[in-house]
Amino acid sequence: MSDSARLDGTRLLRAYRQMKLIREFEERLHVEIATGEIPGFTHLYAGQEAVAVGVCEQLGDADYIVSTHRGHGHCIAKGCDVGGMMKEIYGRRDGLCHGKGGSMHIADIDKGMLGANAIVGGGPPLAVGAAIACKLRGGGHVSVAFGGDGSANQGTVFEAMNMAVVLQVPAIFVFENNGYSEHTGCDYAVGSKDLTARARGFGLVAECVDGADFHAVYDAMGRAVERARAGGGPSAIEARITRFYGHFEGDPQKYRARDEVARHRETMDCLKRFRERMRAGGELAEAQLDAVDAEVLALIERIVADAKAAPPPVEADLYTDVYIHY
Amino acid sequence: MPQMTMRDALNQALHQEMERDERVIVLGEDVSGGAGGTSGEREASGGIFGVTKGLLPRFGAGRVIDTPISESAIVGAAGGAALAGLRPVAELMFADFVGVCMDQIYNQIAKFRYMFGGKSRCPVVIRMAMGAGMNMGPQHSQSIYALMTAVPGLKVVVPSNAYDAKGLLIEAIRDDDPVVFLEHKALYPRKGEVPEKPYTVPFGEAALVREGEHVTVVAIARMVPFAERAIDALAKEGITCDLIDPRTTSPLDFDTIVESVEGTGRLVVVDESPPRCSLAADIAATVAERAFGRLKAPIAQVTPPHTPVPFAPALERAYVPGPPRIEAAIRHVLKVS
Repeated sequence: MSDSARLDGTRLLRAYRQMKLIREFEERLHVEIATGEIPGFTHLYAGQEAVAVGVCEQLGDADYIVSTHRGHGHCIAKGCDVGGMMKEIYGRRDGLCHGKGGSMHIADIDKGMLGANAIVGGGPPLAVGAAIACKLRGGGHVSVAFGGDGSANQGTVFEAMNMAVVLQVPAIFVFENNGYSEHTGCDYAVGSKDLTARARGFGLVAECVDGADFHAVYDAMGRAVERARAGGGPSAIEARITRFYGHFEGDPQKYRARDEVARHRETMDCLKRFRERMRAGGELAEAQLDAVDAEVLALIERIVADAKAAPPPVEADLYTDVYIHY
Repeated sequence: MPQMTMRDALNQALHQEMERDERVIVLGEDVSGGAGGTSGEREASGGIFGVTKGLLPRFGAGRVIDTPISESAIVGAAGGAALAGLRPVAELMFADFVGVCMDQIYNQIAKFRYMFGGKSRCPVVIRMAMGAGMNMGPQHSQSIYALMTAVPGLKVVVPSNAYDAKGLLIEAIRDDDPVVFLEHKALYPRKGEVPEKPYTVPFGEAALVREGEHVTVVAIARMVPFAERAIDALAKEGITCDLIDPRTTSPLDFDTIVESVEGTGRLVVVDESPPRCSLAADIAATVAERAFGRLKAPIAQVTPPHTPVPFAPALERAYVPGPPRIEAAIRHVLKVS
């Protein structure tokens, strides 16, 4: 099993860079969305980075993930081109989906990223299908369904978990419990209050981890992947986490205590926690992490400028790619 | 050429495509049946209508997958497996069950290619048994092709006979877009000549089932044999009709229909789904738009009433448009001028 104790400096630095890249991507979007230049509806992943990265660092391009409406972090962690993503979010013609999907529908099939999904609970049935393909091909690959505490209340997710157990496919359900289903608390909306126990009730091997701890997520995912690859069937991971912004950009977040986000930024910031751990263990030097920060900020600067300068789609694009042949 | 039922023609198509392409899998409720039962007998079912019989013994449980009663997971799994490179044929048993998995059909598989900017392929076939005539009541008898045809990104197939059913199903499995394949359950026992070898029937090409000069009749699925009976009866009086079977409602071969109406000047559309926002209304509107000047009489739409499909045999008979109503409609458009 690939456990975090065996990650060398290169891998650790890469994990940190992925988390930092997601954070800065989202922080910058928060600023840019306020200018009104980005069309539509955007849900930021800031605060949850260790979950996407802890999970996807255990995967390769031939493994699959399905994502959610809050999908930027999953896309980046699975290796989607961030420049193409930024252009997509700006609705540009050479965005990752040619401007036809936008923030909530970013996909990159070649990277095993089967799409962000604007329907809560829409993805897990698809992940079971990808897991069927993995099992049939026999290459030891796995399929991951990301979802939130909100999706955990959808019937489609129940169906998907049960079918994954019945068919014993290599599917892993990752529930990012950020405490809120849109504007309603998880303590209210999850009747049993316990997503991990619920997953166990479906016959899945399930565990609950601190979602702000990259190492904890990575290790839990390692156990789930190892089980799946060995033919041991599906698993679930509940990652307890917080989101630093609202359900969508522009959400006044009246449902949150005034100091909640500030408190969480202090105690549940995966980047701070990662840095502290590196400092204590000495695996990476401050200067290495600072260099990553600078490189990431420069990259974000460049992709935002590129996205702003990129041309929008042309009217003829409206009609293409509805079908392959019609 | 061997005579074969539509059921056997579909079954043969599945066998031949699974043989030809190992990426083809079949999944659904009771597609083989028997798993977990006390008799130990696998393939206790072979599909509720027997269309998937023999697949499990031939191709094994890895490719012939019995699922729980979970339509969203069935259709979603088919979609996800298709994105991941397989060519799944999902069976939804009764078309009415789209109600519990509509999201996976119309928000997910229908939209992937477009919203992912043309970078995905989702070659999934969703087979469903539709139609009234077997006293199965309001939730097991509907003809849902109008609902499916309204969704951009889906192709919709409505075979009326065994020959077309086999060729269209093979075409559907080989097609790279998502296909909803609607099998009228009253047509499963209908026999016709079916070649043994695999062949395809292209989408978007209507069949001219009868040729005539006075009226154009367009009929869908089970309405085709009903229209044949009405038209053949009228032929004895010297009234002849073009009978057009669109075979697929998305894409729909409007050109053949318009061309025929330009010759006859009269149109009767026979549709087993309710009249509002129906295929009949769609075809009538398009013909009115494209061939208004050639029409000699108002277009007649022969449809059930705007009601659910009733259970009692007497009511169901009154619901389904049969040969007498079709014949009356043809006479009606000939009288009006």
